[in-house]
Order: sequence, then C-alpha cells, then structure tokens
Amino acid sequence: MSILRTCGKVCSLAISPKRKFPELIFLSLTAIASFSVIFFIIGIIIVLFKESSLAIGKFGIVDFLTSTVWNPVTGVFGAATTIYGTFVTTALALLFAIPTALGIAIFVTEIAPNFLKGPIGIAIELLAAIPSIIYGMWGLFTLAPIMSRYIEPALQNTFGKLPFLSVLFKGTPMGVDLLTASVILAIMIIPFTASIARDSFNLTPSVVKESAYAIGATQWEVVKNVVLPYSKLGVFGGVALSLGRALGETMAVAFVLGNNHKIATSLFDAASTITVTLANEFTEADSDLYLSSLYYLALVLFVMSFVILAISKFFLLKAERKYSR
Amino acid sequence: MNIEKKRKIESVIALTLSGFAATIGLFWLVYILSDVLIHGLGALHISLFFNDPAPAGAEGGGLRNAFVGQLMITFAATLMGVPVGILGGTFLAEYARGKKFARIISIISDIMVSVPSIVIGAFIYAMLVRPLHHFSGWAGAFALSIIMIPVVLRTTEDMLSLVPWTLREAAFALGAPYYKVIIQVVYRGAATGILTGVLLSIARVAGETAPLLFTSFNNNFFSTDMNRPIASLTVTIFQYAMGPYKSWHEQAWGAALVVTLFILVLTIAGRLILKWRYRR
Repeated sequence: MSILRTCGKVCSLAISPKRKFPELIFLSLTAIASFSVIFFIIGIIIVLFKESSLAIGKFGIVDFLTSTVWNPVTGVFGAATTIYGTFVTTALALLFAIPTALGIAIFVTEIAPNFLKGPIGIAIELLAAIPSIIYGMWGLFTLAPIMSRYIEPALQNTFGKLPFLSVLFKGTPMGVDLLTASVILAIMIIPFTASIARDSFNLTPSVVKESAYAIGATQWEVVKNVVLPYSKLGVFGGVALSLGRALGETMAVAFVLGNNHKIATSLFDAASTITVTLANEFTEADSDLYLSSLYYLALVLFVMSFVILAISKFFLLKAERKYSR
Repeated sequence: MNIEKKRKIESVIALTLSGFAATIGLFWLVYILSDVLIHGLGALHISLFFNDPAPAGAEGGGLRNAFVGQLMITFAATLMGVPVGILGGTFLAEYARGKKFARIISIISDIMVSVPSIVIGAFIYAMLVRPLHHFSGWAGAFALSIIMIPVVLRTTEDMLSLVPWTLREAAFALGAPYYKVIIQVVYRGAATGILTGVLLSIARVAGETAPLLFTSFNNNFFSTDMNRPIASLTVTIFQYAMGPYKSWHEQAWGAALVVTLFILVLTIAGRLILKWRYRR
C-alpha cells in the first residue's frame, strides 16, 4: 500500500500548480473537519474549567467532592450526594445488567437454533436504538407503580427482617427511588452490553470450540473454559463502555429518582445523580456560584466518563488486535 | 453419582440459567415496546399533529409546535453535522490513512460518541445561550450536531476504508488528482455505507433530550423562529410526563410512540441498506 501511496504523491506532484489548488482546498477542508472533533473535546474541557472556576476557587477539590451539603439557599455546594447517587445507580444497574446481558449473548451464540439467532440479534440492536427518554417515561408510568405496589413490599417483607440487610429495605416503597432507577438503567444498557458481548463471543474460532467438544467437553464447559476466556478482553471493553454510558445517562433516571440531595442508605429512598441534578437545576440556577457549581458537577462527570470510556476503548482495541492476528 | 453425570447436569443447569436470563431481558424489552405501542396508539389523533397545545390542564389541543420544532432542530443539526462528519472521515481514511494522529482522532471520536450528552448541552449553554441571553433553536441544533459529527465521521472512515485500493489506482492512472478520485470514485463506491451512517446518526440524535433541555429549551406556542426557544418532542415528553394532568400524559405517550417509530424505521432502513449492499 505504501508504494501505491507514493505513486499517488508522485502523480499529484506531476500535475500543474493550477490543478493543485482545488486539491489543497479539499485537503484543508477535510483536515479542518476531522480536527473539529479534537477542537470540541478541548473546547468542552476549557469551557467546563472556566465556568466552574468560581466554585473550584470557593470549595476546592477535596472539600467539594466530599461535602454532602447541597444548599442553593445558603450557597453551599458539595458533590458527595450526587456522586454517591451516580455510583450507586450505575453499580446496581451493572449488577442487574451484566449477568442478563451475558446470558443473552450465550443464548444467542451457543444455544439458540439458527433460525432464532438472526431475529434475536436484530431485536437486541433495535432495542439499543430506542432513546433513553422512552425508557425513563415507561419507568415513571409503568414500572414505578409495579415496583411500589408489588415488588418493593415483597422485598421488604422477605429481606426487611434480616439483620444488616434490613437497612437496605427501609422506608415507604414509593416507586420513585434508587432501586427503580437502577432497574430502568439496567434494562436500558442490557441490549447494548449484550450486543457487544455477542460480537466478542462470535469471534471465537469454531475450530477451538470443536476441539473442546471433541475431547468430550459439555456445552457449558465450552462456554466457560473456551469462549469466555477467549473473548474476555472484548467483554471487559463492552462492560466498561456500558459503565461509561450508564454514568452519563440522564433521561432514563431523571423521571424516577426524585432529585433528592442526600446519602440514601435504603434502596427505597429518593436520591440524585450528577446528570439528574444538572437536568433539573441548570435552568433554575439563580446565582453565579450555583451555576458554577453545576458546571463543576458537569466537569466531574465528564472527567469520570472520559476516563472510563478511554479504558474501555483500550480493552476493545487490545481485543481487536488479538483477534485480527 | 459419577462425574460424567455431574458435568452434564451442571451444563444443563448453567445453560437453562442463561436461557432464563435471555428470556427476562427480552421480556422487559418487549414489554416496554408493547406498552409504548398500546398507550401511544390510544393517543394518536389527527389533532395531535395539527393542533397547538391547549392551555395547561384543559382537554384537547395537540403538539404541532413540538413536531415542527423537532423536525427543524433535527434538520438543522443534520445540515451542520453530516458534511463535517463526512469530510472529517474522508481526511482520516484518505489523506491521513495509517498516520498516528488519524488513529488518535478516530479513537477520540469513538469516545465522543458515548460522552454524556448533557455535558454537551452545558457546553453549548456557555457558548451560545448565555452570551446571547436567550435560548434558541440554533443552540439546540448545534448541540445535536456535535453529537452527530463523531458518529458520521467514524462510519464514513470505515466505509471509505472498505473501498478497494485498486479502484483508486485505476483513477490515478488516468491522471485524476486525489480530490477528484475521492469525490467521483471513492464516494461513489461508499455511498450506501455513508448513507447508512447518516441515517443512524439521525436516529441517534432524534431521541436526544438532555442536550436540548438548556439549549433550545421549550416553547408552548407554535414558532418557527430558530433564534428563539423552540419546542421539541423529547423535551415536551419530559415536561408533559412529569406534569400533573392526564391529558398531558396521554399526549406524552403519543409523542413517545412517534419518536420511537421514527427512530426504529431509520435504524431498520440503515440495517437493510447495509445488508443489501455488503452481504454480496
């Protein structure tokens, strides 16, 4: 290919300067367009820093991240409650979503008869395309009543009496709480995680699987000892990608989390995440410090998700390199 | 019990569990879709498309303002985002092919695709809304186009890379300059692929709500002025679903159904085109 490219260069050198002018214009147009991505990333970082500088100066970094006070009236802001909410909803969502998504991926690649593989795969991809606001709205109107009427009382009655665990299931089940939000978030990231896991599973060469079968392995042993180890990089990458997505998800949780700034110990408490706080309070921020603190939250969210997405990309690239060999 | 039997039983249990997980996962997803369909169909009247909203709480009225606003914002975002994305992808796949910085840009674009969209809304708020002292449709369209660019850029890059080098060679041999080769040969070879990328990117931004919340904001009146706050379906769904009135909830379901169908149709069209073009 490099020979061809030099040929391209030589050819373009051979043409007259008059014909070279449009070439230069097109080249610079495309170059500017592709560097716009870098420009936006750097622009976002600079803007977030600039806008939050007031709050950074006032509250510092460690104090802001560890303070649980969020009081617009007195003008004292801390991020701990929202960061806590973000982590808890994301962690719970991943806890629900990963086993289900892996189950779907195993089912589609290993168990399902051939005529089912295509349709299920397409269904998963279509479901990944449904916008998050639909999930959020469905959560508010359909899931929240179900949770408050049936599932949460049932959980309270079974686990609420156990020592230690009971603290997780305290309070009146209202349906607008951490648990409902995490379930919706989980339902939303399942198709996404499943389709990446399925793609990674599919890359396992059938020769390797067949050799395992040939020495007498059961179907589950093939999945556990051949497919999973072979595709673990891709699966890690996919999980990290879902984690990044779940962290920054706004609309799926905004409906059912209640925007309550406190460290909730019970799954049935209303809470808040960074994204929900931004969505609810951004246009209502009446002082510069308030708005600046919101930008500070956005900066924290951006840095967290950027790092996690970069890690996921690292795993996926590593996986890609491994499979292409 | 001998070991073979134990292994077999273990296998059956594990596989049943994974089948069970798959059923649960697919069950919720089917449930959501059918719920949107059932509630949405009940709310789909002609008046939803052709009437403006009634005063809060009153019966009747429609979401004409939101439909028009959504179309205008999405269209403007497409007009801005698609050319930049295609040109950017062209640079990465053609002029900068194999270069290290091209690789970095394409990795950063991949990350940009998943960056929280609400942060992009906050960015545009600081760039376009606060300096001008008012929300505007253009700000919303800009926010969406920033989300669109990396999606289109990456698909274009991938699709152009699929066009065989021999095609370019043939064009070079005829003495065509590189830009002509790209526009007349490479783009033609990759046209359907790029079109798919554009369709999927429109599907992606058509359902975005978070970046519109504080850029295009909302407007309860019919408006086609992109310099003023403008209604969009998604923000209206958020406002109406969180509101106290039954009629609002019903209209929110109707709007949700329309958004979902629009996105699913675009996604299916994109997949079909890809299948039809690249399976052979």
